[in-house]
Amino acid sequence: MSKKQKERKIRVVIAKPGLDSHDRGAKIVARALRDAGMEVIYTGLRQTPEQIVETALQEDVDVIGLSILSGAHSTLFPRIMELLKKKGLNDVLVFAGGIIPQEDIRVLKKIGIKQVFGPGTPTTTLVEFVKKNTPKRGI
Amino acid sequence: MPSLTDIQQLVNGVQKGDKRSIARTISIIENNEPEAQKIISLLYPKTGKAHILGITGPPGAGKSTLIEKLVKEMRNRGKTVGVVAVDPTSPFSGGAFLGDRVRMQDLSLDPGVYIRSMATRSHPGGLSKATKDAARVLDASGKDVVIVETVGAGQSEVEVVKVAHTILVVLAPGLGDDIQAIKAGQMEIGDIFVVNKADRENANKAMSDIEAMLEMASEKSGWKPLVVKTSALTGEGIAELLERIDEHIKYLKTGAIEERRKERIENELVEALTQKITESIVNELKQKGEWNKLSQKILSRETDPYSAADKLLEKQLKTTRKR
Repeated sequence: MSKKQKERKIRVVIAKPGLDSHDRGAKIVARALRDAGMEVIYTGLRQTPEQIVETALQEDVDVIGLSILSGAHSTLFPRIMELLKKKGLNDVLVFAGGIIPQEDIRVLKKIGIKQVFGPGTPTTTLVEFVKKNTPKRGI
Repeated sequence: MPSLTDIQQLVNGVQKGDKRSIARTISIIENNEPEAQKIISLLYPKTGKAHILGITGPPGAGKSTLIEKLVKEMRNRGKTVGVVAVDPTSPFSGGAFLGDRVRMQDLSLDPGVYIRSMATRSHPGGLSKATKDAARVLDASGKDVVIVETVGAGQSEVEVVKVAHTILVVLAPGLGDDIQAIKAGQMEIGDIFVVNKADRENANKAMSDIEAMLEMASEKSGWKPLVVKTSALTGEGIAELLERIDEHIKYLKTGAIEERRKERIENELVEALTQKITESIVNELKQKGEWNKLSQKILSRETDPYSAADKLLEKQLKTTRKR
């Protein structure tokens, strides 16, 4: 078996929190990560923070990608981060994408969202980011 | 939240039904990490209580949507449920898009339900081993029913579904050639055939096609496969499907289940043995640096894979006898 096969697969949840129903971006990201050899679980539209965190827990993912266009990020993201902590999922890498103003990004990064990607980000940037920042883990 | 560094703690967590412990345990098994075998042997005595339901059928037949409706109905009847949903790994990138949860959103917050998506990967020991063991973890966690869902294409996936006590083959009208396509594999393994999307035209035609085909099949082991019409969209037929599943459970209890279990355990033992023998021989050769030499010999047509395997086995048996 080659070394590459032996590496643990990165598992990612791509989630659409909130009420906007536009998931083209989320699907493009999901596809890019899949093509980079990761296992991507897609939640579908209109997920509550509770549903997203529960999915991340049951699927034992390394990474959560949040896609949002509705402007509700400052309400929903803190709730997601809080729930992750409550459930003991401290080692999960969280990133976000969508339409998020600069001044909000600073606040989101403070609560533990590692990176926020805007429109036009090349998928290669994203893949590199996930590969580089996915935490190693024991059992 | 228990610390997850200790295997025993993990196993205790699984038995208590703690979802985090279940999740980590399935990952360890799926990745075939060194702790996997120990964990399985600790959990094994706690398994054997759940009813395992295998669900297969062509893509687009509505399996995931049907599962959502089935699970809801089971929950109404007070049963706890675990679901293992298998989707294919891309042979090109090694990645996978696992979308079964999209159709099961309503279940995600139910504390009595655990859903896990699995990619087919190229599992050491085969996909059937990883899926079987994941189902086993859910069984040990106390779930009353464990559902294993796969796209029924290819031998290994047919094997996966064979872990089940009851096998549902889900079809839909209008998929055209699917009746033909399933003749060889799935038509032989179904205990219950489900014609889903009954709200569509031609559902009755699909039903009579299947019934006709089943008439032709030779009856084995005393169970005549049933055909049920459902619509996961409207909920039509879901309650009836559960009745049929119960009928099959009753039939299994007349002794057939012991036979099925025995057959499966024997197959599993053969698989485990094959894997262990192969691994031990191959690892030894690799450590000694002989593996490459041997493959070169085969490449240069000096010998062939079968003769090489014969020789290796002979050598192995000799050294074992000496010990």
